[in-house]
Amino acid sequence: MKKLIALVLTLALALSLAAVASAEETGSVYYLNFKPEADEAWQALAATYTEQTGVPVKVVTAASGTYSDTLTAEMAKSEAPTIFNIGNKSGLTDWGDYALDLTGTPIYEERVNDDYVLFDEAGAAKALGYCYESFGIIVNTALLEQAGHSLEEITNFDSLKAVADDIHARAAELGFDAFSAPGMDGSSSWRYSGHLANVPLYYEYRDAGLNVGSLPATVTGAYLDNFRKIWDLYITDTAADPTSLSTSTGDESEAEFGEGKAVFYQNGDWEYANLTGKFGMDPATLAMIPIYCGVEGEEKAGLNSGTENCWAVNAKASEANIQASLDFLYWVVTSEEGTAMLAEQFSGIPFKNAAASANVFGADASEYANAGNYTMFWAFNDTPNVDSWRATVVTALTAYSADPTDDNWAQVVTAFVDGWAYEYSIVNG
Amino acid sequence: MKKKTDSASLSSELIRRPIRRCFPIFLLPTFICFCIGFLWPFIQGIYLSFCNFNTPKDAVWVGASNYVKAFKDASFVHAFWNTAAFAVVSIVLINVLAFAIAYALTQRMRGSNLFRTVFFMPNLIGGVVLGYIWSMIFDAILKRYGTYLTANATYGFWGLVILVAWQQIGYMMIIYIAGLQAVPGEMVEAARIDGANGRQTLFRVIIPNVMPSITICTFLTLTNSFKMFDQNMALTGGAPSVMMNGAKVNMTELLALNIYSTYNINKNWHGVAQAKAVVFFVLVAALAIAQLVATRNKEVQQ
Repeated sequence: MKKLIALVLTLALALSLAAVASAEETGSVYYLNFKPEADEAWQALAATYTEQTGVPVKVVTAASGTYSDTLTAEMAKSEAPTIFNIGNKSGLTDWGDYALDLTGTPIYEERVNDDYVLFDEAGAAKALGYCYESFGIIVNTALLEQAGHSLEEITNFDSLKAVADDIHARAAELGFDAFSAPGMDGSSSWRYSGHLANVPLYYEYRDAGLNVGSLPATVTGAYLDNFRKIWDLYITDTAADPTSLSTSTGDESEAEFGEGKAVFYQNGDWEYANLTGKFGMDPATLAMIPIYCGVEGEEKAGLNSGTENCWAVNAKASEANIQASLDFLYWVVTSEEGTAMLAEQFSGIPFKNAAASANVFGADASEYANAGNYTMFWAFNDTPNVDSWRATVVTALTAYSADPTDDNWAQVVTAFVDGWAYEYSIVNG
Repeated sequence: MKKKTDSASLSSELIRRPIRRCFPIFLLPTFICFCIGFLWPFIQGIYLSFCNFNTPKDAVWVGASNYVKAFKDASFVHAFWNTAAFAVVSIVLINVLAFAIAYALTQRMRGSNLFRTVFFMPNLIGGVVLGYIWSMIFDAILKRYGTYLTANATYGFWGLVILVAWQQIGYMMIIYIAGLQAVPGEMVEAARIDGANGRQTLFRVIIPNVMPSITICTFLTLTNSFKMFDQNMALTGGAPSVMMNGAKVNMTELLALNIYSTYNINKNWHGVAQAKAVVFFVLVAALAIAQLVATRNKEVQQ
């Protein structure tokens, strides 16, 4: 009996050693995924790849909002991720040392242009954007028409305000209101402290001739009056009580729009799946328009497009694992299965072989761009110490919503401008 | 070897000897866990507080500069005073109320066991859950007055005090009940016969006799208040955050949460957060020891 056990144990040991050895040869992939909503799709795609090539692919998804914590923890392990996400320039500061220079690799050659590539100071391509996203004001065109208006009417802030004011005034009669709740709960406030704040930031960048990744030490807040205009519209022409926004959640706002209780809903193209799936909305009644805020020439505005989704390959992984990871990524952007999955999960894919996406919001973004409208790039990717900066803006914005006085708006300006300078000094301190 | 007198002593000797000889083997698993889970991370933590690092693997020694940065940080100082104020208020409130309830429940009254259970129950709920639930309760109440929990620091502070009192009073109450029940009945009876009134009995006889419980409870509430994290994070998360004199302060942030958010700034701050954590440890340890020494002296030997 003892001999048998010994034999089994020896065999098991030998087999596991062999397994380790073979994995060493072909390499394996460990992808730390950034997008929780795409987790299932990645798991399925990884299984398909393993089936076809025999290369093991492990996909782990960090819980929403914990990516940097998870990445730090995982990178400290001996089996560290071989592919991970770098969101922007500040992410590059932290993880640049770990990112392989992708210049010249097959996957790099598949990119459409350099717009979504993260380069470091030395010009090395450290991370490759695999999708870009757009946000703006999502419109329920069916309700808009029911209220006697059309999408063509809205071409700038004044026309948007006229339509919204009219709908809000007749809300009781119509059975729906203009804007869904601009919630300030943590699950929703990023739509304003992050996305809406991008609009004044973008115009400021445009005037100064800056681009994403410039990481300016200060901002002037030159367009904050415009920010106030659009924010006033959000908190006025809505069914929500402006004093209780601090606890109003993103799900509530989404449901309000999804259930046809609001015509406008500020969010991004990633909402497409939920709106058409969970809420069963008809894609033909959905459209996305630019965020107008009364800036001169905004009739030619497009959507806010950019990305926080960039693949980086762990330079500290073994040779075999690096090769396996590069092969896997190349397969994802060129194979039928891979491109289909990308098109289904994300709207804009900056690779040559990208499959067409059904996402109407993504189509809107391209349409605006093709019509020669300016795309508002994601200047907010440069926000220093982003969570902390946003928290200060949220505090001030929530206080202003409950009591919209000039004094309270001055606090928002302080949070925006002084907060930026302060957080910049912290991050570089 | 002892003389074998009867089977009982024989068997007990047979049982005891291997235990005496082999006790290290039985202690080993716990000891290893203690080393892996506490001792080693603790030593590594102290080492890392002198380093600049992103992951512990790529730590670079930088000397005491992290400590300099930590003490210069206005938000850390603010969080310290917040924590100190919170500790004082909650120690007094929790202990006075817990003792009062324990005293009431040790008098002969109907349903006192039921009440003990009910008061103890909040302690069984985790801090994060409590934080979210109470933030809903507070917001629902404050909404009637057209305001909300994170509108100013005062609401957040007292909200946290109420939450923690609600959670911990039951636990401290159990300790006080045990202490009160250990007070010899004869002593109380003797006091009464000697003509002491209720007040005198309480302050001159009962309280000196439950001093060990008071020591334990103040010690526990002190360290609990200083280490407060989950409730703080779930209730307000440090909000409101405001710019004050050119620096940013999270008005309701306590020390532990401040350390946590420092770590998340970027890799240049990982070491500073670690340094803050070491300072925090020294502080809590010093306070706890000082307080233990101070209250021990007042304990009465029975």
